[in-house]
Amino acid sequence: MSSAEISAGASTEAAISRPPGRNERLADRTFSILAHSSALAIVLLVAYILWEIGIQALPAIADNGISFIFGSVWDVQKSTFGILPAIWGTLYSALMALLIGGFFGITVAIFLTQDFLPPRLSMVFRTVIEMLAAIPSVVFGLWGIFVVIPAIRPLANWLHETLGWLPFFGTSLSGPGLLPAALVLAIMVLPTVAAISQDALQLVPFRTKEAAYGMGTTRWEAILKVMLPTAAGGIFSALVLGFGRALGETMALAMLIGNSNQISLSLFAPANTLASLLASSFPEAGAIERQALMYAALVLLAITLAVNMFGTFMLALTTRRISGKS
Amino acid sequence: MRSGLLTAGTWLVALIASVPLISVLYMLIVQGGGRLSAELFTELPPAGFEMGGGFGNAILGTVVMVAIASAISIPIGILAAAYLSDVDPDSKLAQWTRFLAKVLTGFPSILAGVFVYAVVVLAMGRYSALAGGIALAVLMLPTIILTAEEAMKMVPRKMKDAAIGMGCTRSQVIWQIVLPTGLPGILTGVILAVARVAGESAPLLFTALFSNYWLNSLGEPTASLSILIYNFSSMPFENQIELAWAASLVLVLIVLVFNILSRLIGRPKI
Repeated sequence: MSSAEISAGASTEAAISRPPGRNERLADRTFSILAHSSALAIVLLVAYILWEIGIQALPAIADNGISFIFGSVWDVQKSTFGILPAIWGTLYSALMALLIGGFFGITVAIFLTQDFLPPRLSMVFRTVIEMLAAIPSVVFGLWGIFVVIPAIRPLANWLHETLGWLPFFGTSLSGPGLLPAALVLAIMVLPTVAAISQDALQLVPFRTKEAAYGMGTTRWEAILKVMLPTAAGGIFSALVLGFGRALGETMALAMLIGNSNQISLSLFAPANTLASLLASSFPEAGAIERQALMYAALVLLAITLAVNMFGTFMLALTTRRISGKS
Repeated sequence: MRSGLLTAGTWLVALIASVPLISVLYMLIVQGGGRLSAELFTELPPAGFEMGGGFGNAILGTVVMVAIASAISIPIGILAAAYLSDVDPDSKLAQWTRFLAKVLTGFPSILAGVFVYAVVVLAMGRYSALAGGIALAVLMLPTIILTAEEAMKMVPRKMKDAAIGMGCTRSQVIWQIVLPTGLPGILTGVILAVARVAGESAPLLFTALFSNYWLNSLGEPTASLSILIYNFSSMPFENQIELAWAASLVLVLIVLVFNILSRLIGRPKI
């Protein structure tokens, strides 16, 4: 059989095994270059995002400087822009959400990984939690307006009347406010924390658990003194990534937090976040305000990138340590 | 005793954690289910004082923009995943790509809108379906890359080695061995990414904006289900709020169907 025949018929039976022909090598080169550039595209995309938002924000940075971050007035008429209330609201709502969602998320992770349920039921429940992550933010917002706010208003106003001297209950809840926003945010953070914490708990070697039981611990001693400390790094990363998610969440917050530029400790007062400031002001903004909003976007980008990079890095580090690869 | 309390507490927390999903689904069915009818899918959104109406243009807009996003992000995502898993898994570029893709999964979706506004909307001079689709593509990419890479890595080393031993080039190995074998996993990722962006609204707010009319071209403002829900949720008119619930029901049904589909496809076969 001649070599011309072999390279011509890739599908003939005699030619199942043979060195690649010239066309095939050309195709291989092309494919490699395409794959290479696609990977490179991701790196360039992130760089381009940083660059573009930075450039757009530049005029506002020049005009407002650092007082943009520490100022608390957002007045388009006077061209005075300050985002301290939005930063405050972002951090306050995200921390509240993390407190609630983190507690529930970690408990659910323990519930799902430490043999509380038979495997089949555990699968069902895991699906319920994962479905929670699939509900669009805007639907949570709608639900929050018509279910959460009416549901918590009586309790909130009772707290305000009886414990109003505490700064946390300093105002009454008239409608949108920090607490309903943080509650809905907590529900949205829960699946993230639960999923990553489950992975962390499942990474703990079976032998470690067996050893704990072998020493005569009860189930809860094993969970609290062996499992949780061993998985602590992963769970911490879960909280960091959940926090990152909460910082950037937009729609539900824009619908529930009240979009009011004030700094208040009260859980029932309307507030604002960076993301919902963007969502509510950007579409109707004029040129000058738009530059200021780009500056706000840059601040949000910097905060979330830092938190997410930290979380991703932590997760990689602890996963590597627990699974024993150096 | 203490152990029993802790166990009871854990059960309680787990039960409370499932309340929101049940409540959301219940509200969607009760509030949105009553409005379900054919005219929802064929008519245009009503003005405040009008009765009836639907959101046919918003469904079409969502489908078109998700299609644009898929057309951009699926090829790039799978090619990048092939690079990460088989072309050059340990290179500096691969490590950076992987890390940045993970970081991008936590990227606030509204910033994708801000970015695309600056790059596409300002350049074109108007809001458009194209800009909306591109913003969604930015959000789809990382999910597709990371899940496709996982799926491709699961293909046994031996199969790849055998193919190389038979004289396959690397691209042939990927086309004829890795992609077909890893297809269920790759599809899972793609469908999950589609489900995620179909419900996104923040990136569309100032890229696609909204429109009360049918889509005529990709270069003009375009309606979407999620923005319709957002706009109508703050309206004082009963009719529009009912439509917001009905639109939520349709949107959640779409998203859940895609989610279940991805589970069925991705379920490990033994």
